[in-house]
Parts: sequence; structure tokens; C-alpha cells
Amino acid sequence: MKLELIGITKRFGSLVANDHIDLVVEPGQVHSLLGENGAGKSTLMNVLYGLYDPTEGEILVNDKPVTFKGPGDAMAAGIGMVHQHFMLVPVFTVAENVALGNEATKAGGMLDLQETRTRIRRISDQYGFDVDPDAVVEDLPVGVQQRVEIIKALVRDAEVLILDEPTAVLTPKETDELLGIMAQLKADGKSIVFISHKLREVKAVSDVITVVRRGKVVGTADPSAPTTELASLMVGRSVSLTLDKKPATPGEVTFRVQDLTVQAANGQHVVDGLSFEVAEGEILAIAGVQGNGQTELTEAIMGLQDHVTGSITLNGNQLLGRSVKEVIRAGVGFVPEDRSVEGLVGTFSVAENLILNRYDDAPFAKGLSMSQSAMEQNAQEKIAEYDVRTQSAQSAAGTLSGGNQQKVVMAREFSRPLKLFIASQPTRGVDVGSIEFLHRRIVAERDGGTPVIIVSTELDEVLELADRIAVLYRGHLMGIVPGTVSRDVLGLMMAGMPADEALAQAHDVQGGDL
Amino acid sequence: MSTATTSAPARSASDATVRSWKNPIILSVVALFALLVFAIGAPGNDVTFRLSEENDPIVLPSIVVSAPVIGWVAALAMIALAALAILRTRSGRKIPVWVLAVFAVLFLIAFLTWVVGSARTPNVALYGLLAGSVTLAVPLIFGSLSGVLCERSGVVNIAIEGQLLFGAFAAAVAASLSGSAFVGLLAAAVAGVLVSLVLAVFSIRYVVNQVIVGVVLNVLVSGLTGFLFSAVLSEDSERWNSPPRLPVIEIPLLADIPVIGPILFQQTIVGYLMYIAVAVVYVALYHSRWGLRTRAVGEHPKAADTLGVNVNRMRFMNVLLAGVVAGIGGSFFTLVAVSGFGRDMTAGQGYIALAALIFGRWNPIGAFFAALLFGFATNLSNVLSLLGTPVPDQFLRMLPYVVTVFAVAGLVGRSRAPGASGIPYIKG
Repeated sequence: MKLELIGITKRFGSLVANDHIDLVVEPGQVHSLLGENGAGKSTLMNVLYGLYDPTEGEILVNDKPVTFKGPGDAMAAGIGMVHQHFMLVPVFTVAENVALGNEATKAGGMLDLQETRTRIRRISDQYGFDVDPDAVVEDLPVGVQQRVEIIKALVRDAEVLILDEPTAVLTPKETDELLGIMAQLKADGKSIVFISHKLREVKAVSDVITVVRRGKVVGTADPSAPTTELASLMVGRSVSLTLDKKPATPGEVTFRVQDLTVQAANGQHVVDGLSFEVAEGEILAIAGVQGNGQTELTEAIMGLQDHVTGSITLNGNQLLGRSVKEVIRAGVGFVPEDRSVEGLVGTFSVAENLILNRYDDAPFAKGLSMSQSAMEQNAQEKIAEYDVRTQSAQSAAGTLSGGNQQKVVMAREFSRPLKLFIASQPTRGVDVGSIEFLHRRIVAERDGGTPVIIVSTELDEVLELADRIAVLYRGHLMGIVPGTVSRDVLGLMMAGMPADEALAQAHDVQGGDL
Repeated sequence: MSTATTSAPARSASDATVRSWKNPIILSVVALFALLVFAIGAPGNDVTFRLSEENDPIVLPSIVVSAPVIGWVAALAMIALAALAILRTRSGRKIPVWVLAVFAVLFLIAFLTWVVGSARTPNVALYGLLAGSVTLAVPLIFGSLSGVLCERSGVVNIAIEGQLLFGAFAAAVAASLSGSAFVGLLAAAVAGVLVSLVLAVFSIRYVVNQVIVGVVLNVLVSGLTGFLFSAVLSEDSERWNSPPRLPVIEIPLLADIPVIGPILFQQTIVGYLMYIAVAVVYVALYHSRWGLRTRAVGEHPKAADTLGVNVNRMRFMNVLLAGVVAGIGGSFFTLVAVSGFGRDMTAGQGYIALAALIFGRWNPIGAFFAALLFGFATNLSNVLSLLGTPVPDQFLRMLPYVVTVFAVAGLVGRSRAPGASGIPYIKG
């Protein structure tokens, strides 16, 4: 099936999310859509899938114009989509999820799940998915949930499969498996639209690459094009993908975590017996796939978790059992993983957000009142220093772009002398230009002699920043390796292999650097 | 940093282990209470539970038990179960559900024996107690089914009270004017749909907070029917407010079975409809295409939308259907229970139905049994005040509400609401 988008424009009010985009997907082809977060890739695919009506432009299927009133029409035309955030009902079984909207029924509208199970098993066997139709979706690992999404599309005879940032939630091993599945689908004559901002993956699987920036197609590229060329096409200017940082000069070890165990409310050990140390002037990166205990670990250090045992000491003082405020007062700076929920108060002004951790100290607090002038002055300084693009210091923080919001959070946390700096996903959803700036700022803090902990699920970021890398898997520490270790080793550790085994195996294989 | 110079000891492992002591504590307190009141404070006489009347076609012998024996046996068994719960919790294991169930049944038996035994006449008709419970539960069951239909599709229905009340009002007026109770039944369904229509339009089309729309609707219906009652119905109650009652339909032979006969086979059409509705809603919700879509729309509307299910239409239809169910439930008040409408006669039953829905974990069968429990509590307080118990009347009348509070507070574990209940779906 040949799919063609001609001059697709989508406006939300005054915002132009897609600006006259043309795209041709040939049968049996993997067509990658490369672009930064917010470039308009997902909007375009939602238009294609019938979730949004295009403001202008038309969609051609096999050279015939079609209009999709909803996803039902798109599916009937042979388009299937695997969304970035899975569209699965968590409390349903696999069979129920697959049946939904396309139910096999017996007399009187009664469900015939047996029929659905048969179809699932057939597809599962054909592609080696190993999916149990009667498993409840919320109990399944993310990688399997993604396969359920693919089954959903295949059961509906999709000829074109849209995969929206499919690797964001996967381990490197699961990613490899997914790329394998994509190759199989392609061999069966299905077309795949692969949306990503990860250059390596795009280069590995694509037949054609279309680069999107600020809602426009800015060019097509061959998968053999060099990475830096793709990156500069994506960002719109030349970017240095490598950070020039001096080797670390670790000083005294001031931060120690010993036997740290965090239990969830259901009694599960989400962090289990963790011990590590961070010295002054070094960056320890904590790598791992999302949801392997990183959030709980950082929150335990900050005093945001209940049911924590073990010990956390900073300069010899126990932090465990202290309130968040005491931990902050002890000199810990913290950038939480979700800035819009935990990092900022969206409806507060930029100036107010910049002093959330110091509002009750001089010069901002004066007795019972607050000094507006001190606040304003502080805001102006920070906005200039961090190059925060905002209309004014009084604009609501929620109206800023992701990168600028993150600069506000970072500026606030760096605004006082720190004994320890922790950042969770410091550059998630941040444009490449701001990433450079934020990374430099973090390295500068390290060079100033602060112990730094970076939690990141992006291997690129981990390898960029880390002096040492600790890998978490299901709450266990797989080991701590030097920052110069290869991706293969990290990939194995992220899938649950202890460091020494992973190092030995990677040494044996010497696999290519994908 | 100067404030935290001494290193505080880390908390020990046992402190941080996640264990809920809620259930063992509640069980222990209740068991102790049972020991003090039902065993030590047991009346010395025998208690008689009658299973049938003398002129029934099939006469069963009455059950005669000794109050102290039952009191002591039950109290000791409850203490044993509480001890078991403590041991299980201490070793970090779960308390089996049967422990809670057996405990509840023992408490009920001990309480009944004690309270009837302490009455002036220690003799009660058990079959009447049960049949009365079902009768009182009928509007609750219809109400909570209405809630199931709405909430499973993602709309919170606080307006059950309003639906019941308007159904009752419409049934009374329509049946009085037409002279036919069946016309009243139809009118009740239509009235329920009208209330639902307002709820649906405001909460789905105009995305108004669903709880607020529901509460406002209840107040509106109460005000409207109250006004019409005093302005129209009371003026000429012969014409406007004297509906014929729905006839009781006895199913031959089956109705003569002791105890369960009157409960299952000696009902008005509203009672039979109730059983049918519970079964139909249950089967349809879990085994039909409509049910799968309804549950999907209530759990994860966006997922349903991406599969071509029209979320808001699905919700709209479900809310209207819920109006039919609750409206019919409302007709019970004026066509079955009493003949005629009274101001605010539903008296908060809609809210109790909401509680039954939560207690029943958003499941039609669960809601049915929860409503039965509430009906039983209400009926028990009625019967006991007739028998003349030592417990003050006011306390007995609190009983259903105390049971409600305990039930909804999650005595039997936390129940999980549909994921998108109360959250409007806006496309895009």
C-alpha cells in the first residue's frame, strides 16, 4: 500500500504544528521521521491516523484521496499506529484489548473472545511474539505491551504501521528485538513509519529519512549520512554532539549510601540493598530503563519516600529520616524528573519559581512579608545568566518551552552553594541547543567540587556526562563501571547482567557499536 | 548543616516493613466487644427464629437456640479468628478473605441472637426479616445499578437520589391520572431519563464538574417535586396523588417454598425487574461488545477512541440507560412501598445506593449484595424496634448508616474505581 501526504497543515489557534508537510511512504519501506521533541512529528501522525482533522492538505492511499473522520476510518484504510504512550486498557486482558473496537461476536452482541485468542496466537506465532492472550496488560513488561499494540494493528490487517517513539521505553535488548520485528514486518511487505529523535536507531533501520523541524520538512537524508549531518539538519544549526569536559579530579568522598532499601506500599522492594559513594568533583550517572527504582532512589535521598531503610550520609551526617526541608538545608540540590509536575509551579511566575527553595530566607523574606524587589532582581540576574527565553520575569512558568522551564529549575537549584547535586532526567524533552547549555552547567558544578548524581534513561546522556556509571535493574545495583565503558556493556547491565559478567561477555564478542 | 551534626540512627528494618495492621486491630476490637456484650452480657433465655407461619403450605420447624451458648461460641470463635489475623499479619502474610467472611457471619449471628434474646419477646420471624430486607433493598439495587452503568463508562453519578425521587414523583402522578400502575412505571423510567439527560448534557457535552452537576440535580429535583407536591398534589390528592399499587405476582408452587419463596417468587413486577436487571447488566458488562466498550471508555477513553469507539456517545447512551434503571427504582416508592408521593420520600436512599456501588466494587453482583446488606440493616432496625429491645431506637436507626460508613471505609480492602471515572473526555 502506498501512502502519500500532500501539503498537510495543522494549526492549533495561532500555533502552526504542521506546515505544508509532504511525505510519501512506499510499500515495504521503513520511512523514518526524524525531529526534535515538539517538531510536529506526533501531530502529523495523529492527523494521518484520523485523531486530528488537518487544517489543509490531503491524504492519498494508493493514489486515491481519502478523508479520515476518526481512527476507525484510518484503520479501515489499513493504517495502524503504536502510540508513544500505549493505548492499552491496563485492567483488560490482552485478548480484550485486541478485541476492543473490532470485536468478534456471537449472537446478541456477546463477545467471542475465543476467536480473538486464536487470531492473537496466530500472529504471535508468526512473528515469535510469545504473548499470552489471557494475561492482564498491566502485569506485562513494557516490551510485551508494545507487542500487544503491534498485534492490535496486525489483527486489523494494517498495511502501514506507524511507530511513535517506540524505543523510548525499551531496554537496549528490547530495542534490538523491536528492530528485528520491524525487519520481519518489512519483509512481509508492510510499510513502517518510524518516528524517533534517536539518530543511531534511525540510521540503523531506515530506508528513507525525512527530517522535520518546527513543523516543516527540512529535508530528506540517506541512512548512510553522517550523524552530525543529520543532527544539524534536525536542529537547524551545527551542533557539537560531544561535550568537551576535562577529566574529573575526584576529591574526598562526602556522599555515601549504604544498604538502601525502599519498599513500595505493596511491600515490593523497589530499591534493594543499594550501596555507592560519590566523591567531590565527580559525576556518578545512574543508568537504567525507566521504572527500575531510579525515581524511588532519588526521592529516598530527598526524604520523599516512606519505608526506607539503610543509611544515607552527606559529610558524615545522616539524611535518612529527615524532612525534605532539612535535606535541602543540608545543601542538596535536586532537579526532579518531571519538571511540570514536581519541578515548577506552572501557574506561578518565573520569578516566584526561582526562589521556591529560598523563599523564607533573606533577602526574599522580610518578617512576614516578601520582598518583591529582591525577587525581581534575582529573577533578572538568573534569566540573563541562564538565557531563559521568557517574555518577562512575571510570566507564568507553565507558558515557557520545555528547555526554558528546565533552565529555570536548574537556575534555582544552582542558586545556592551545594554539597550534593542530583538531577533526574535533566534534559528530557529539551531541545538540543539547551541540552548543550545544561550539560555544560552540570559539568561546571562538578568542576567547582560538588558531588553530582545524574539519573538518566538516555544512554547518550549517561555516556556524555558520567565519570562513573551505576546501573540499576529492578532496584538492584548491577555494578558501577567507568564512564568510558561501551554501550554494549551498559546494554547488558540494563537488561539485568552484573557488571563483571557484562564486561567479560562484551570483551568476548566485541560487537559493533550500533 | 550545623543543625544536623549528630548522625541520627537509621531506622531499623522492622519499622519500615510495610504491613497493614488495620484489619487485625478492627477484628480484635470487635471480637472483644462480642465477648463482653454477646457472651458475658448474654440474656439467659432461649431465642426463637421462625422460618414459616403456621398456615403456610409448607411448615418448617422454628430454630430455637440458647443465647449464652451462641454468644460464647461465637465470641470465642471470633477471638480465634482475630488471633489468626494477628499471626498472619505479623509474619507478613495476607489475611485470607474467608477469615473476614466467617468473622462477619459469626458477628451477625451473635448480634441477632443477643439483640432478639434481650427483647421483650425473644421470638422473631427470620423469613420476614429476610424478605423485608430484599424489599427495602429494591430501590437501592436499582440505584446502584444506575451508578454502575454511569461510572463504568466514566461518568460519576451523584444524581441517583434525584433520579429515584423524580421517578417516584412521575410514577405517582402518571399512575394517578391514568389509573394504571403500569403507565406509572413507564413514566418513572422517562423521568429518570430526563434527569440523566441533564447530567449527560452538562457533564459530557459541556464538561462541567460531574459531582457538582449531580448534587445540583438532586437539589433541583427535591425543590421541584417539593413545590409541585404542595402546590398541586396536596390540593387535590384524589386526582393527582392516589396511584394504584402494582399487583404482587405470585409464581405458583415456587412461591410456597419456605424462606426463599417470598423473596424470589412473590414480588411485584418491579421486584422481578430488579433480578433481571442485575443479571442482564452483569452478563452484558463482562461478556458483550457493549460491555467491553463501556468498560474501556471508563478505564482508558483515549485507547477506546484510537480504536474507533465513539467515547462520548458511548457515555451519553450509558447515562441515559442509567436513568431508565434508576427511574424504575424510584417507582418502587410510590407504586409498591406506599401508595402516594411524599416530599423528599427517597430520604437519601440514592446516596446509600452510591455507597453500595463502591462497597460492591463497581460490579453489578457486588452492588446487589451490598445493597442487600444495607436493606437488611434497615429492616433489622425496624423489626427490633417492634420487638422492644434494650438498645435505644435511635441507635438502631443509625445502624444502616454505620454499616455504610464501615463498608465504604474499606473494611474489606480497597476497591478500585474505573480509571477514568469522573474525568471528562476531550478529544485531541
